[in-house]
Amino acid sequence: MSDFLTFLLIVIESTIRLATPLILAALGGLFSERSGVINIALEGKMLAGAFTAAGVTYAADVSFGMGSASPWVGLLAGMLAGLFIAAIYAITCIKFKADQVVSGAAINILMFGIPGFLSGALFLSSGSTPQLPKDHLLPQSPWIIAVAIGVLVAAIWYVVYKTPFGLRLRSVGEKPEAADAAGVSVSKMRYWGVLLAGVLAGMGGAYLSIGQSSLFTRNMTAGRGFIALAALIFGKWRPVQTLLACLLFGFTEAVSNQLQDLIKFPSGEKLPVQFIHMVPYVLTIVVLAGFIGSSRPPRALGIPYQKEK
Amino acid sequence: MLELRQITKRFGAVLANDQVDIVVKPGTIHAIVGENGAGKSTAMRIAYGFYTADSGQILVDGQVREINSPHDAIALGIGMVHQHFMLVEDMTVAENIVLGAEPGSALSLDLKSAAAQIRQLSEEFKLAVNPNEPVEHLSVGQQQRVELLKALYRHARLLILDEPTAVLTPLEVEEFFAILRRMREQGKTVIIITHKLSEVLAISDEVTVMRDGKVVGRVQTKDTNAAELARMMVGREVLLRVDKPEPQVGAAQLEVRNLSVVAADGSKRLNGVTFEVRSGEIVGIAGVEGNGQTELMEALAGLVDVSRIRGETILGGKNINSVGARLRRELGIAHIPEDRHRRGLLLDFTLAENSILGVHYRPPIAALAGGVFLDEGAIQRRANEIIEQFDVRPRNAALPARALSGGNQQKLIIGREYRLNPKVLLVSQPTRGVDIGAIEFIHRQLVSLRDAGCAILLVSAELEEVTSLSDRLLIIHEGRIAGEVDPKVATLEEIGLLMTRGH
Repeated sequence: MSDFLTFLLIVIESTIRLATPLILAALGGLFSERSGVINIALEGKMLAGAFTAAGVTYAADVSFGMGSASPWVGLLAGMLAGLFIAAIYAITCIKFKADQVVSGAAINILMFGIPGFLSGALFLSSGSTPQLPKDHLLPQSPWIIAVAIGVLVAAIWYVVYKTPFGLRLRSVGEKPEAADAAGVSVSKMRYWGVLLAGVLAGMGGAYLSIGQSSLFTRNMTAGRGFIALAALIFGKWRPVQTLLACLLFGFTEAVSNQLQDLIKFPSGEKLPVQFIHMVPYVLTIVVLAGFIGSSRPPRALGIPYQKEK
Repeated sequence: MLELRQITKRFGAVLANDQVDIVVKPGTIHAIVGENGAGKSTAMRIAYGFYTADSGQILVDGQVREINSPHDAIALGIGMVHQHFMLVEDMTVAENIVLGAEPGSALSLDLKSAAAQIRQLSEEFKLAVNPNEPVEHLSVGQQQRVELLKALYRHARLLILDEPTAVLTPLEVEEFFAILRRMREQGKTVIIITHKLSEVLAISDEVTVMRDGKVVGRVQTKDTNAAELARMMVGREVLLRVDKPEPQVGAAQLEVRNLSVVAADGSKRLNGVTFEVRSGEIVGIAGVEGNGQTELMEALAGLVDVSRIRGETILGGKNINSVGARLRRELGIAHIPEDRHRRGLLLDFTLAENSILGVHYRPPIAALAGGVFLDEGAIQRRANEIIEQFDVRPRNAALPARALSGGNQQKLIIGREYRLNPKVLLVSQPTRGVDIGAIEFIHRQLVSLRDAGCAILLVSAELEEVTSLSDRLLIIHEGRIAGEVDPKVATLEEIGLLMTRGH
């Protein structure tokens, strides 16, 4: 029994840790998509955040001797990196009304490549940043993180549903022409949505490299930006439901990590680890295939707003 | 109150507004009339800041003002209710009304005080509506009230209403006019854009008439009449009533027995309808929109899944219950759909391509190599014949259908269906969004098809149209036939009561 409790505790703790980057990215996606801009570039923004955070933390630690403050500097840098990428995305999609899926995909492809290039130039490595000392990372305690996430979700819920900003944001994503007619600037609200998404996704990426692990490795997001997007859809573009969806994805990942030594074929051979690691992705497909019909996206999602016909 | 001076606006090659001058006096109801594409909406959208004029000035209360966005217009006390409502469906009435002008601080949205203020405005202008109801649950008339409240909440002194009665039933129109008069009494100024002349005469104090982007007339309502306004709008004499000979009625072509259409939730949107249409007659169906007309026409055209249909449809004595849309067309049922953009045309296809939809698979169109290839020559010939005979403008079969005005799109569809030599014609809202000049033409075509022996079933939301065109008139209410009247003797009151009460 106590074995089981220990197992349960480990799974819960690891669920929280694994879900954190998803939650941050998905909540970012929520701002963007609620304003009507599709955000398949979450992956790229997370990568930008993860790489920048790890690189800057290393520099702050080694070159500037900032010690235990360095991960916080790194976190801030990761958020700014997400913001920067989001600004590029926002300008292409909102100002130049480019196709959101295509430009989002372009950003993802770009961000698959850039960290590899920069790590070569800066750290003479082929895609990763140098290892950081264990005590110069973001807080690891799942309980501290849980509280921080709880506060963040509550704040986002309040902003989206209980402030004029949220009302305008939602109206722009549902029916931009109505918002425009009411004197709300559609592009201003969409810039806000996309930029907030960049900050939060950058933060999620940062937590991946300087929270969950201690360095950036090539393509370390491994599709988490897309899983966050799936969680957002599964969560019907609502903050609390999205949080729960992210926890579910984090849970499957945690369980699959814990199970990889436990499940054996009758012959005694272990189940190949790749199969177990497939679980979160399979769940993503199942969720998207099964729930996308019953989950209604913001009506104007993906449609650039044309003021004059 | 509002003055437009020498406003010019160009969209690509189209001169939408050509040196337009409009003067609206405070405390009046001012009508702006004209055909579709005459530039009425463009001028008003410029006044509301949706478009910016290429040249010209806007004066509010005698002062030249820059209006570059709706935000600027609102600040100057101008409100606009658009033809297609600018409401966010899944938000509440109160949320919609305060959007962009929220009470409370940036950190908290005070919907309670907003609701109180909305109730007060509702009271003052007799615009009853529940602030906490989601907009998607409201009827069209109620949604319009929300639009008016939205403008009043922003302290609009001038309200611009774009085709406000297009979506209302006759009774709702009366109520709506009462609201407008109340607003005028309270010192508000109202601009109403419309093409319905009877309404102009009923409600306005002054009229500005527009044609082809120019102002062609300014009159006091009391000094004019419908014929004069129509002449100014179209630029020639217009026949406002349909002139048609007595029908030469033959045998029953289309018989409908106990026809129902069952929705996914099990409810019957069309409920046990029985009637017949004989060759050589036009049978009209009058009713408030959404009472089963759409379901009836789509079921008859073969556009509803057979599993959802109960009852019998008989064409020329043969049961066609399980016959699909293509075969129905081959058997002689033509269909002019209510929504030409959704069911009638492929907007990005050329007129030539659109003119062969539904016959594209059979000779003479698909004639080469045993029907594998389209015969381009035959397509051009057919398209040009339709364009010629039905006066589709511009006369260029290579244009995309999107480039045409609503009236010309409709003429193309009518020509296409006419060319099928149908035994039965199903026609819904034939003149919706169509100019007066084209309306007259379309009505003549329908009558000539009738006189050639076609059985025509006509659905229209325009009471005047359906009563003047039909030889017999059925009234539909909540999916059932509420009664039949003789359109030559029935009064509008009698028909209106059947439409709204069902008995």
